[in-house]
Order: sequence, then C-alpha cells, then structure tokens
Amino acid sequence: MMLSIKNLHAKIGGNEILRGLSLELKAGEVQALMGPNGSGKSTLANVIAGHDAYDVTGEVLFEGEDLLAMSPEDRAAAGVFLAFQHPVEIPGVGNLYFMRTALNSLRRQRGLDELDAMDFLEFAKEKMELVEMDRSFMSRSVNEGFSGGEKKRNEILQMAILEPRLAILDETDSGLDIDALRVVANGVNALRSPERAMLVITHHQRLLDYIVPDRVHVMAEGQIVRSGDKELARALEEHGYVGLDEVSLEPSASVAATP
Amino acid sequence: MTAGRAHTVGLAVAPTGGLALLEPEASQEDPAWLTGVRRSASDWVHAHGFPTRKDEDWRYTRLEPILEVPFERASPRLSHQRALIAINGLGADLGGARLIFINGHFAPELSRVGELPDGATVTNLASVLAEREERLEPIFSRTFAPFHHAFAALNTALTGDGAFVSLAANTVVEAPIELVFFSETDGAPLVSNPRSVVLAGPGSQATIVETHTGLPGEIYCTNAVTEIVLEPGAVVEHYKIQDEADSAFHLALLDVRQDRESHFSSHVFALGSHIARHEVRVYLEGEGADVNLDGLYLPRGDQLHDNPVLVVHAAPGGTSRQLYKGEVDEHGHGVFNGHIVVRPGAAGTDARQTNKNLLLSDDAEIDTRPRLEILTDDVKCAHGAAVGRLDEEALFYLRSRGVPERTARAILTYAFAREMVDLIPLEDLRSRVENLVADRLATSPNERAT
Repeated sequence: MMLSIKNLHAKIGGNEILRGLSLELKAGEVQALMGPNGSGKSTLANVIAGHDAYDVTGEVLFEGEDLLAMSPEDRAAAGVFLAFQHPVEIPGVGNLYFMRTALNSLRRQRGLDELDAMDFLEFAKEKMELVEMDRSFMSRSVNEGFSGGEKKRNEILQMAILEPRLAILDETDSGLDIDALRVVANGVNALRSPERAMLVITHHQRLLDYIVPDRVHVMAEGQIVRSGDKELARALEEHGYVGLDEVSLEPSASVAATP
Repeated sequence: MTAGRAHTVGLAVAPTGGLALLEPEASQEDPAWLTGVRRSASDWVHAHGFPTRKDEDWRYTRLEPILEVPFERASPRLSHQRALIAINGLGADLGGARLIFINGHFAPELSRVGELPDGATVTNLASVLAEREERLEPIFSRTFAPFHHAFAALNTALTGDGAFVSLAANTVVEAPIELVFFSETDGAPLVSNPRSVVLAGPGSQATIVETHTGLPGEIYCTNAVTEIVLEPGAVVEHYKIQDEADSAFHLALLDVRQDRESHFSSHVFALGSHIARHEVRVYLEGEGADVNLDGLYLPRGDQLHDNPVLVVHAAPGGTSRQLYKGEVDEHGHGVFNGHIVVRPGAAGTDARQTNKNLLLSDDAEIDTRPRLEILTDDVKCAHGAAVGRLDEEALFYLRSRGVPERTARAILTYAFAREMVDLIPLEDLRSRVENLVADRLATSPNERAT
C-alpha cells in the first residue's frame, strides 16, 4: 500500500475538521475525493503535506513510513506532492530559480547530482510544453500576477518536474475555463503511471470526465461517508450531496475496507 | 520642541576614557587653520561629551559598549598582506579608480587612479592638505558646527586621511570611483577616523562606492565622515557597503549639500559590525534639487544597525525619496529614524519616505520613526512604515516542494532584500552586493564566529 490513513483526526483552533478519516491508495491508482465546502478535503491535503497549523492524531503511513513524524520537506523528498488550491504568490523569487532549487533539494536528498541552470532549463522544457507554459513564466516571480489558470498550470508543471510518487490535487479545476481545464487534465493524465498514485480533490464531476478515477470518495464532516466507482461522481452531479442519502449506493463501510 | 537641534545640548556623558582620551597630535604638516579647527573640535568634545540615549537622535544607539573600549589610534601598517587578501575577496573589479585605506591611512601601493578625464581629481586628503590646503578650509570648518555631535567632532580632531574627489565643471567620470576602508589590528582595539570629501562642480557626474571591511573577530572602530558637495546640475551616486567585522563598531556620517538642479542618490547596505550607525544628512539648498536615499539593514546575532536620515528642504521645488528596508533576526536591533524638514520658503517640495521591515524573530527589535517637520505650505509629503513577519504560507509552500526550512527562509528573506539590491544599475557591483547580502542572510554572526 502506498498511502494508508487510519482514524485521522485534525483540529485547528479547537475546531475538529477531520474526525476519524481512513483511506488507502495503491501505486498506479487515481482516486477522487469529493464533498461539500467545509467537509475537510483541503485540510486532509494540508495534513498529508505537513502543514503545521493542525493538531493531528491518527496514523498516516506512506510506503510504510510514518508520514506525520516527517517535516514537509522530508515528505516531499519521500515523494509526496500537493498541488495547492490557492498557490501562494512569492514576490522576489523567480519561478525558474524556485523550481530548480526544489528539484535540486530533492535530487540532493536522493543522492543525485544537482542540475545547473542550463541543464535544468533543458529538463523543464518538455514539461512546460506539457502544460502549455512558455518561458516567460519562468522569469517571473513565483505565481505573482498569474491568473487563476496560470497558477494551476504552474502547480502541474511543478508536479511534472518533481515527479512525485503521490500527488494530491486540491481543487486544481476550480476557477478554470474549459480550455484551461483540458490543459491541466492533459498534464495530469500524462503523469499517470503504474508507480504513481493520485488523489484528486474536486467539487465537480466535470474534471473526472477528463481524469477518470479508479475510485470516488465522498467526504462529509471530516469523514469519508461514501465510496464507489466513477458512477458515484455522476450520481453526485445528478442528485447533489444532500440528495445522495436517498440514492441507493453501496455503503461506504464495505468500500472503505476494500483496498 | 522640534528635534532638529536639540540633541547636543545638555544630558551628555562626561567623557572619561577610551575615545575621549584621544587628543589631536600636533602635526607639522597641518596648516595653521587645521590645527585650530582640530583643537576646537577636541575642546567641543570635552565640553559637550558624547550623546546619550536621552538624546532624540541617539535614543536607539547603545554607545556604552563603544565608549568603554580603550581604543588607540592606528599607525600606518608595514605589511599589507592581510589587506590584499581582503581586497581581492571583494569581488569583481569595478574598473575605475580604487583608493585603499588601511586603518584610515592611505595605501598608495595598493591603490590605483587609472585614467581620468581632464578636470577630475581622485586622490587622498592628506596629499591635498600638503599641497592645496586652501580648498579644504571651508569644508573642514563647516561639518564641525555647533549642532553636530561628538563623533563628527572627534573625526575632525583626529582624522589623518581619507579620499578626495574633485570634479571640474561638466566633468563626467564614467567608471565608479571605489574607496575601500580596511581595518586590521594587532590585538589592541584601534580607531580610525577617515574623512572623505567629494566636490562635484556644475554639471559634473560621478559614482562613488565606499566599502568598509575588516577582519573577523577583531575589535576596532571606524568613525567615518564623508562630505559631498554638489554644485548646480551635478549628479552624484553614492554607494556605501558597510561590511565590517561583526565584532567591530562603525559610526558614519554622510553629509551632503545640494545646489540647484543637482541629483544625488545614496544606497547604503548595512551588513556588518556589532554596533553600526550610518547617518545621512542631506541639505537641498538650491532650487529644484532632488535626492534619492535608500538603504538595507540586516542586523542579526547581537547586531545593532541604526539608520538616522535627515533631509532638509531649504529651497523651493526639491524632491526627496527615501526607501529603507530592514530585516531583523535573532537578537538583532534595526532602527530607521527618518526626519524630513521643510523649511519656510521651500514651496513645491515633494518629499516621500517609506520604511519596510521584516521581523524574523521574537527576540529581534525594530524601531521605525518617521518625523516630518513642515514649516511651509504647498508641499507634498508622504511617509509610511510597516513591520511584518515572514509569510508562513510561502515558507510552507517552499518546504512542501522539498526545499529545507533553512534554505526556504533564506530564499524568502533574500526576496525581501532583493528589491534594494536590484536598485543597483552597475552589474558588477550588484552581483558583489547580492553575494554579500545572501551570505549575511544565510549565516548568523554567531555561526560566523565559530
């Protein structure tokens, strides 16, 4: 099992956001996580990436290692990547420099040679084509003045460059028009591989037309309340989260136990 | 009570030891007027004493550690070996004239003047005193005025040398004129009192790069005065790189007088010293003069970087801009004390002042103190000050990409400082400063010492 989450609780400012969540992901799988605002999807993503704003209990194992005991940079080195819902703007830090520093940090930790600026640019070129970003983005400050769609493409570009084992995409589709959505989805699909797992967090079934998941989970109030195949996403689109209770679907308990 | 002149009256420490014991030496080379000026400067120090923290302009400067040290005056060095190493370590050669001073004494064998256009003089002050001293009398007598402080007076009383740059009308010196003040001791604390003078004639142009540096762990004090006079239409750009040893003390006064339509800019990078004070005073005395002052200070460890700035608009139509940024970490203490005075009659003045700070530790201290004293109508004056913290979300973002926390912090703190480095149009100088700033941000003085 690549990722194994058991009975995960997370509190922020005395507020319990995750309430005993369990989830498993195998290498090669793409799973979708859906659910209404405030159900805890982004909190789960942040907790996995190592944001320190939360009081966390429970167990998160990544390739058998205790992820919760690791710093965010160690998690990244282990192969965890989060595409942020709201990528932060960092004035004064060049995008190219940032990505090269990130890649070289990972390479150093993995005992590989660092890439100089020329080699890095060569390496990044085809990744930039993948998300249809031209070189001008690389000379700008990280995300500064980027449109919503450009920020999301920049996240996928980082994923393509850092080549993580586990990628969590936190509402990478939100705020994208249909063309941008296609670009982002193509980028993600190109990175699907038997060695890589992805957890795709979204509000909309639309994204899942492009990135077809192996499993779909529905979150509510800090737990996974339903799990199923991609048809579950369609049912959600049709009936909404509220109407879901009345629709007959396989119960979550039986699914959660299935790897 | 306005603060402009209040600070040297009363409340002074009776000078008892250290710097206060130093007396001007009777030199046969000094012209008679200079002997007189030195004597009265010394008398002034004894009568008024050193400023204290009750003094408006000195309230953030800890002077006790400086006044307690039994400093001695430095004699010229016999060996230049260590100085050479330090100078070679400065980075790219800027290509223009380069004057090297060791403990305030000119080192001609390490210096070069190179090719200068007709009408430009770049030399050391002592040689001017020996040959054409009449040019200096009005300047020397002026800075030591009743309203100046003990350190400037002490510089007048004790100075042995410094740089002298003079530009005749419409003389343009393209390559930067570099002044390097290097300090080294033989174990006993030394004080140097370099005095530099830049006289920019009408329509002349020059760039001056002043660097102060020394050897790690050595205790010395640089008490520097630089005077710049801009005649009508002159353009002078001044860079100050204060990269002293972390164990050193640095007290400096940059005193600037501007006649009409002249342009002056100053960029200060406060990096080293245990206690450093870089004071800038600019007097816009002619109509339509403009001045740009910017600065970056990075105190950490136990460093204090004090940046008093005074801009006096004494004539109509002047423009002044100030942008100072500070990043204060560990137990560091950063001060921006910016004072703008618009005198009666200085109509049409446009003065702006901005101070931005990043507080990087709970033990760090930042004092930002804008003061506006506007004594005329029809002026535009604006000031703003901000103190913020490192963006934690940006830090998490970098770390989540695998960048170790320490590196991530260094990247973000450098990003804040970078704006000031990017203001340097000279590429070689910019990369030199870039390296110095990045190095300071990445290494605490405490680590540097080990």
